[in-house]
Amino acid sequence: MKYAYFPGCSLKGTGRAYEESLVPVLQHLGVELQELEDWNCCGATAYMAVDEGKACAAAARNLALAERTGLRQMLAPCSACYLVLNKTRHYLQEYPAMRQVVCRALESVGLACRADTTVRHPLDVLVHDIGRDAIRQKVSRPLKGLKVAPYYGCQIVRPYSTFDDQANPTSMDRLIEALGATVVKWPLKTKCCGGSLTGTLPEAGLRLSYILLKEAIKRGADVIATVCPLCQFNLDAYHAKIAARWEPVRIPTVYFSQLMGLAFGLPDHQTVLHRGMVQFRPPPAPAPTPA
Amino acid sequence: MTRPQHVRIGFYVCHCGHNIAAMVDCTAVARYIATLPGVVLSRDYKYMCSDPGQELIQQDIREYGLNRVVVASCSPLLHEHTFRGAVEAGGLNPFFFHMVNIREHNSWVHTDRVLATEKAKDLARAAIERVVHHKPLEIKKVPIHPDVLVVGGGIAGIHAAMTLANAGKKVFLVEREPSIGGHMARFDKTFPTLDCAACILTPKMSEVGSHPNITLWTWSEVVKVDGYVGNYTVQVKRKARYVIEDLCTGCQDCIAHCVYKEPKFDDLFNERLGKRKPVYIPFPQATPQVVLIDPEVCLNFKRSKNPDGTPVVSDKCKKTCVEACGEKRAIDFTQKDQVVEIKVGTILVCTGFKTFDARRVPAYGYGVYPNVYTALEVERLVNASGPTGGHVVLRQGTNPDGSPKTPRSIGIIHCVGSRDKKTNLWCSRVCCMYSMKLAHLLKEHTGAEIYNFYIDIRTPGKGYEEFYNKLLEEGTHFIRGRVGEVTDWTMTPEEEGKLVIRVEDTLAGVVRRIPVDMVVLATGLEPQADADAVRRLFNMSCGGDGWFLERHPKLAPVNTFTDGVFLAGCCQGPKDIPDTVAQAGAAAAEALALIDKGYVEQEPNTAHILDTECSGCKSCIPLCPYTAILFDETRRKAYINEALCKGCGTCVGSCPSGSIVQNLFEDAEIFSEIAGVLAGEPVTAGRTGNLTPIATP
Repeated sequence: MKYAYFPGCSLKGTGRAYEESLVPVLQHLGVELQELEDWNCCGATAYMAVDEGKACAAAARNLALAERTGLRQMLAPCSACYLVLNKTRHYLQEYPAMRQVVCRALESVGLACRADTTVRHPLDVLVHDIGRDAIRQKVSRPLKGLKVAPYYGCQIVRPYSTFDDQANPTSMDRLIEALGATVVKWPLKTKCCGGSLTGTLPEAGLRLSYILLKEAIKRGADVIATVCPLCQFNLDAYHAKIAARWEPVRIPTVYFSQLMGLAFGLPDHQTVLHRGMVQFRPPPAPAPTPA
Repeated sequence: MTRPQHVRIGFYVCHCGHNIAAMVDCTAVARYIATLPGVVLSRDYKYMCSDPGQELIQQDIREYGLNRVVVASCSPLLHEHTFRGAVEAGGLNPFFFHMVNIREHNSWVHTDRVLATEKAKDLARAAIERVVHHKPLEIKKVPIHPDVLVVGGGIAGIHAAMTLANAGKKVFLVEREPSIGGHMARFDKTFPTLDCAACILTPKMSEVGSHPNITLWTWSEVVKVDGYVGNYTVQVKRKARYVIEDLCTGCQDCIAHCVYKEPKFDDLFNERLGKRKPVYIPFPQATPQVVLIDPEVCLNFKRSKNPDGTPVVSDKCKKTCVEACGEKRAIDFTQKDQVVEIKVGTILVCTGFKTFDARRVPAYGYGVYPNVYTALEVERLVNASGPTGGHVVLRQGTNPDGSPKTPRSIGIIHCVGSRDKKTNLWCSRVCCMYSMKLAHLLKEHTGAEIYNFYIDIRTPGKGYEEFYNKLLEEGTHFIRGRVGEVTDWTMTPEEEGKLVIRVEDTLAGVVRRIPVDMVVLATGLEPQADADAVRRLFNMSCGGDGWFLERHPKLAPVNTFTDGVFLAGCCQGPKDIPDTVAQAGAAAAEALALIDKGYVEQEPNTAHILDTECSGCKSCIPLCPYTAILFDETRRKAYINEALCKGCGTCVGSCPSGSIVQNLFEDAEIFSEIAGVLAGEPVTAGRTGNLTPIATP
């Protein structure tokens, strides 16, 4: 299995633990990734709100680069990238006027975009292409007893629900169960973490993060697993402020790929658990079964 | 093909007001058809189906000596009968007439007037070519069997069966559940009068049970339907109850003496809120008053099945039920499913609905939070004969005294699975009213604060709006907004342990969080899960939404496209009890009209075999879906029983020697029709101008 790979800027910066853990996990499962050459910022949600045409052109450049690789599918792990690239594809397919604007812009740099490369999320690839059985076979250190709150965030299910249920996604639940961990039942799977409001309007943004953390603790979770660099950052970085405003709600938030690496028994530099601000201390590995 | 001589065709094209004339240039069509050979007369007229229109045909036949008539207008389904009548009144055989559909097949579905007009010319020319070869045919009359089959024993089936039986007709009422009564039997009160559902239903149920003209078969299903209007042969599977109906007196001693001292298994009549034993009667007023045994859980059956899926008797149980039954000897563990064949002339389909599965809207937490209920569950909860004896207590939580929790606040969410692109688009019509009824009953039972969350309140019915006003005066809260989610995450200490309803209050323009003890989901109505199979069984149609399709939404609302099969109740679409009963009465009356006429007219479009050509290969015989083809062994020739032939044409197409001929579909007729439709010039697009020209070879 080989996919084009669009890391996006978060995965090279604040969200580097995501890339550092996801790439080895996929390699371990036999997936080959080909990073796009000279990729550019997807524009995130902010640019779309300012100028849809230019935002689409910027994102479509990456789709055009992916088409040049000849690989029919592209992996976009960051939720914002995943949404923006899917939205751009949708616009190009559905709205001829937009297609014209974007194609003209791309032509000026010698690129063309047919918008026929599928943009895939790692969860989608893991659950549907690789399958839980293959994942379960690779588990060398089952996460027995670990209680995980799976947190999907908003962007991978809204407005497009391409691979999972919009209101009650379950792909990460199934994945975590395949790792031997226990999934905590909580209804906040797709509730907003505050997004960029934590920076621009902290009173509103932090409150949303606080609710998520508090409810995860209330339901007995040891750790929150997420798929989104911004969610991870919001839930990980503001504990002091949240404690000052409401109450201390200390619970670590890690990427699902870090839990996978842990269960696969990958070395520390590939699970990169030390990158979290709230330290996640995994349960001790079970004693090796006598041969 | 030899062309009959002395053919004098009259052609009429109908404007149908603007229905046809807006998209087809009728005058141009008439002018064009006038130029074709054999056409003596070509007219366009505003309404051909009107009395003057029909009069015109009759007059022209006499004045111009017409011997063929073609009308281009709407679907033959609507007016073929009308025009055949007019032709006959003018002195011609009605089958010297042919009808062209230029409305449903043309003006209503096209947007280019030039192309639509050309298509109308093509279709009309085809009819002119075909009608030349028409032959005089005779309509046969077949006697109608006076007995009626009513399928489904809900309030629709009950009312229809009673109406027919009271008119002296023998009725077979077939119900798949162990008792008749349907959904209505599970309701507590009925809106808007709040009369008790059981009080008005059960007298009708027992009347059905004892009526000399009604044969009541519950725990039974129709498995096969053969024949045609007036003469249906129906096979009914009578599922094994393991109790002989005629011997059971309904004393229920067997239930009391079952080896299971306590009820242990889910009681489906009570929406799984209560328990029953392996031997049970669904509810106290069940009709017939006959118990049944569930072989899935009864100890006297093995858990493993026969290869065909039938249960195996283990004889492991002490059979205290048989002991209790004593001399009545009503229990029979060896009973098997039985297929019974009956003959009827007409069929009424009253198979009802199912309620929407609330799990399909995960945001509302049904199946996740125990204190989220469906409306049907609440009907059982407030019912005095329900699993809690009419006490509204929650699945989860306790009162301070340790008894099961009584809700102090209740949220009722309307339109669950209705008016929603993600589930069902339709309004289920009854939910606003039943939600308000439940709001009233819950308030009466518990004194709780009640919140209704609605998109629109729809109360179109006699006394319905008044009922809504009454609810408003009672102090029930109405919040306009589609609920976003039902959840248990909290923001304040008051919300702890409660279900929180998050909703945008669109009248106040704020997002609200309303903590409640109990949530009731007003689930909508859906076609039965096996509606498609039932549709096939009775040769009916479904709309895109899955409800059975009536022949005409306004003018034939209880007829189906199959003659002699009628519809009533929610299988045709959501409706309340008054409408269901009215429709059931209408369906019964339609059936009566047919029966009392005494005969049905049979279309003469049947097939016959040319004796001289038939080689006796028998290949047609197994193909006939109506077993209408027989074989004469002495002459080694096949022949067709015209009374059974439905004119499907299967045998005609399959005969290797081409020796089967079908009236109205003879080779000459079909080939000249094809030649006629293809004889036109290719046309390019007109008004819109963006259609590609038809390529010429």
